[in-house]
Amino acid sequence: MSQASILYDLPGPRAKRRNAILGVASTVGIIALLAYVGYKFADTGQFEARKWEQFQYASVQRELLGGLGATLKAAGIAAVLALLFGAVFASGRLSDKWILRTPATFVVELFRAIPLLILIFFGYYVPLQYGWSIDKLWALVIGLVLYNGSVLAEIFRAGINAVPYGQTEGAYAIGMRKNQVLRLILLPQAVRSMLPAIVSQLVVLLKDTALGFIITYPELLFVGKQIGGRLPFGLPYVPTYLIVAAIYIAICGSLSALAWWLQKRMGRTPRTAAKVLPAQDAGADSARMI
Amino acid sequence: MGAFFRVLTDNGQLFVDGFTNTVKLFLIAAVGSLVLGTLLGAMRVSPVPALRAFGATYVNLVRNTPLTLVFAFLVFAVPKLDVNIDYFPSAAIALTVYTSAFVCEVIRSGVNTVAAGQAEAARALGMTFGQVLTLIVLPQALRAMVPPMMSVYIAMLKNTTIAAGFSVLEAGAIPAYMAERGEPQFAVLLWITIGFLILILPLVALQRFLERKWRVAR
Repeated sequence: MSQASILYDLPGPRAKRRNAILGVASTVGIIALLAYVGYKFADTGQFEARKWEQFQYASVQRELLGGLGATLKAAGIAAVLALLFGAVFASGRLSDKWILRTPATFVVELFRAIPLLILIFFGYYVPLQYGWSIDKLWALVIGLVLYNGSVLAEIFRAGINAVPYGQTEGAYAIGMRKNQVLRLILLPQAVRSMLPAIVSQLVVLLKDTALGFIITYPELLFVGKQIGGRLPFGLPYVPTYLIVAAIYIAICGSLSALAWWLQKRMGRTPRTAAKVLPAQDAGADSARMI
Repeated sequence: MGAFFRVLTDNGQLFVDGFTNTVKLFLIAAVGSLVLGTLLGAMRVSPVPALRAFGATYVNLVRNTPLTLVFAFLVFAVPKLDVNIDYFPSAAIALTVYTSAFVCEVIRSGVNTVAAGQAEAARALGMTFGQVLTLIVLPQALRAMVPPMMSVYIAMLKNTTIAAGFSVLEAGAIPAYMAERGEPQFAVLLWITIGFLILILPLVALQRFLERKWRVAR
């Protein structure tokens, strides 16, 4: 039985029959729903060859790949910088000195409260106002780094705090210095415990690159809009977005699966004393849930 | 500094309209995703495998899709299916469809946090299914659910800004209008930030309070 079994007893003969009936009815309902969507697709000609034929062309495939490349480029740069940002501000928040702790706390809390799109707009419109030229890539990256870096800082902090205090006490007791305690005792254990949460935050970051669409950074979604808007192919928005969605789901889905796998694995082997931080639901504010 | 305040006073109506629509969008999508999310959550913890599979598929597909793509699909692709929805309802639907997946997960994991022994003990005392559910399981599950549910809704409030990219005048769309009017963007964006801080900080404070107060001892 699944974990959810708390809500119902092991089914007896009557419950089994009822469940079977419900199962059949819901299967029929779901199939009917999908059939209606399929009918709607066919009725409006989404399966016409004309709408799909351009995806056979190498040039269109190259366009999609280019968009994917731009997405991955922004995500890659932003991921590296956000991890750095997170590490710096997490150590600030964990510092004993208030002069480091207070500003770090302020920055992290502020950037988590501002909508990501507004942060991207700061990177996009403000340079425009002062007549500086800024690459749209960097406008996007700035926003992604500030937001995800702040969330990552909270994940790092939670990871360090999840190591039982006895570990620190023990390390000090055998004469280690603060730096050694952090480097040799806390970090190795914390990294294991926070790896799943970090990976799922990177999925969030990758998904959020799609906001580049709004400032016309030519990432995958933006390229999809262009391909979908071609009149000679009958405005194939539906096929194009289905393909784009499949690409996102494939990439983000495999990263999410990696996060869950890591969480299971880390939870199983008792090599870390720190509780494994959950691979949070991408898209919701992960760090707040810890 | 004078210029900073003038941005707000000269364009007061735009800010009021923008933030009013943000709040409207938030409230509509909050109710919508609570309903749809609870339905999906119920499916995921139901004894019927077909419903469980459907719930899981929905959550996994939606969670790995960017919200912007959901918006784009509703605004650009759905009209091609001969379904015509206005921009504002489209935005509300996009937010609902997306947020429901997270609400569903909160509900599922909330129910799962209740230890099986609790229900077993209740049954051993002779409670009926209804009593087990309403007196033992749900109260504990709800306490575990409310704080993460709040953070889902805080995230959704911020996500309403994405509607700006799809012709909905809400707070996120103000910069584009102001750019046309040649207003100093830095001031505009600071005002929008302040607006969101006013909306979000009470929610964050409430969430932290509930998290501390309702921590379930296990």
